[in-house]
Amino acid sequence: MSSLVKDITPPSSGAPMVKAEGVHKSFGLAHILKGIDLEVLPREVFCLIGPSGSGKSTFLRCINHLEKISAGRLYVDGQLVGYRQHGDKLYELKEKEVAAQRRDIGMVFQRFNLFPHMTALENVMEAPVQVKGESKAVARERAQRLLDRVGLGDRTGHYPAQLSGGQQQRVAIARALAMQPKLMLFDEPTSALDPELVGEVLDVMRDLAEDGMTMIVVTHEMGFAREVGDSLVFMDDGVVVESGHPRDVLTNPQHDRTKSFLSKVL
Amino acid sequence: MTDTVDKTPAASVPPEQIKAIPVRHYGRWVAAAVVIAVLVLIGVAFSNANINYGVVPDYLTDGTILSGAWHTLYISVLAMALGLVLGVILAIMRMSSNPVTSTVAWFYVWFFRGTPVLVQLLLWYNIALVFPILNLGFYKDEMNQVMTPFLAALLGLGLNEAAYMSEIVRAGIQSVDEGQTEASHALGMTQGKTLRRVILPQAMRVIVPPTGNEFINMLKTSSLAYVVQFNELIKRATDISSTSLAVVEMYFVASIWYLLLTTIFSIVQYYIERRYARGSSRSLPPTPLQRLRRNLSQWASFRRPEVAR
Ligand SMILES: Nc1ncnc2c1ncn2[C@@H]1O[C@H](COP(=O)(O)OP(=O)(O)OP(=O)(O)O)[C@@H](O)[C@H]1O
Ligand SMILES: [Mg+2]
Repeated sequence: MSSLVKDITPPSSGAPMVKAEGVHKSFGLAHILKGIDLEVLPREVFCLIGPSGSGKSTFLRCINHLEKISAGRLYVDGQLVGYRQHGDKLYELKEKEVAAQRRDIGMVFQRFNLFPHMTALENVMEAPVQVKGESKAVARERAQRLLDRVGLGDRTGHYPAQLSGGQQQRVAIARALAMQPKLMLFDEPTSALDPELVGEVLDVMRDLAEDGMTMIVVTHEMGFAREVGDSLVFMDDGVVVESGHPRDVLTNPQHDRTKSFLSKVL
Repeated sequence: MTDTVDKTPAASVPPEQIKAIPVRHYGRWVAAAVVIAVLVLIGVAFSNANINYGVVPDYLTDGTILSGAWHTLYISVLAMALGLVLGVILAIMRMSSNPVTSTVAWFYVWFFRGTPVLVQLLLWYNIALVFPILNLGFYKDEMNQVMTPFLAALLGLGLNEAAYMSEIVRAGIQSVDEGQTEASHALGMTQGKTLRRVILPQAMRVIVPPTGNEFINMLKTSSLAYVVQFNELIKRATDISSTSLAVVEMYFVASIWYLLLTTIFSIVQYYIERRYARGSSRSLPPTPLQRLRRNLSQWASFRRPEVAR
């Protein structure tokens, strides 16, 4: 069986893939992230859980600079996200440089966000051709391989509207993988799916984890977190309340807030 | 509608067809009779009018009229193209976070939508009153030489159209889900790429129908360009009528040409809309030709079992 990721970009060093130091984020007066500190190691499956509105999506979006952080430092593979530091001054990166940073970070959304005017194959080919300037032949070959691997080799000519939710999400994962990212962000990838379709998407993510992809997964699937996750963080109200190995946190939570959250979702 | 033909039951004995007496709709008959009577009256009135219909077919293909129709067509296409390009630019300016560009775009739309096209055409034609000399640095000439009827018509119609198009384009762009921008950015696409490859193609579905409307309007509004001596259809028709005395007849001739042009364009529009409907629904609606072909083949397959019996 071929692997989902042929050639994962190797991390530059043994250093963490993602490092957050005192990350704050405000929208106007609303203080959403209140000092997040965490490290995600290469090849790790890092799960993020927490109640609705706790800032999980916001934090994920900060990692690829879809949101600008208000304070603190955020590094991906040792590089500051969205800024360049000279002495003690920070300079905003230009649009092109931000785009270049995002190439290496794949993102999968709750609502898939496939391009509806393109077929499954075109969706997967789009970024390699348009962003990396790959030839169509090369991009098509890889797109076909990725779609085969997520079990959609026979659906390449279908438009998103002609695919089920689970199939759309698998195309979305293939689309992100086509850029050969070193890090994958998943924002509740199965929350918009009918229960019987959740499994097919989790299976693809499990394969990806086995291939050694570094993944940050915001999820309500505690079973997946326990089984596949290497670390787990419980967030509430913009802070990390508790973290550790998923088995420990899920079966033996230390904090009251974690306990009450888990009692509701388990 | 005629799908029932396909649903032949598997059973060997076909069920007996229901033969019921349909409900009579007397109201419909009355309404149809009234409408037909009114149409006949109008027709009679027009045929008895003091209009020499005999000259209409003769002038329809008159060289002067043909050239007028051609001028109408190409000024409409060019002005529309100018309006479309400028409209996209204005829409993007309007939505930009830069307050200067968005305010400039707002004022543009405010001014060009708020004043009559007729005035705008005349202003361009008489622009020499304001700028007697055109000096572009590399090019210098008297404005009266530069501002030909064609250029005045193009600018007058095109710049006015841009104001309307910018609103249409803006509505189209805003109709595209924000998740599309996010997904594109997350893949490393720049803002420009995102707009060209992802946003605009989807916005087209919202943009095309009102744009078709605008173009059909433009075909007719271009008749105002006669005030700047542009040789479009109405100007040519008027030129002829001033010597031939066939005034109303010439307006009939012109109207037939307008109808012809708008009909052709309506058909073109149908196919453009169909093209941008890709992916928006599970299957594209059939073209009129495909529908005709399917109905014919269905009719044929409907007949066959009867023959066999
Ligand atoms: N662009 C924005 N402008 C203002 N407030 C925002 C914005 N984005 C998010 N928020 C607010 O930030 C808070 C955290 O949102 P976020 O989407 O990160 O929560 P979440 O933990 O992902 O929740 P869920 O589980 O429901 O997805 C919410 O209260 C939300 O209203
Ligand atoms: Mg969320």
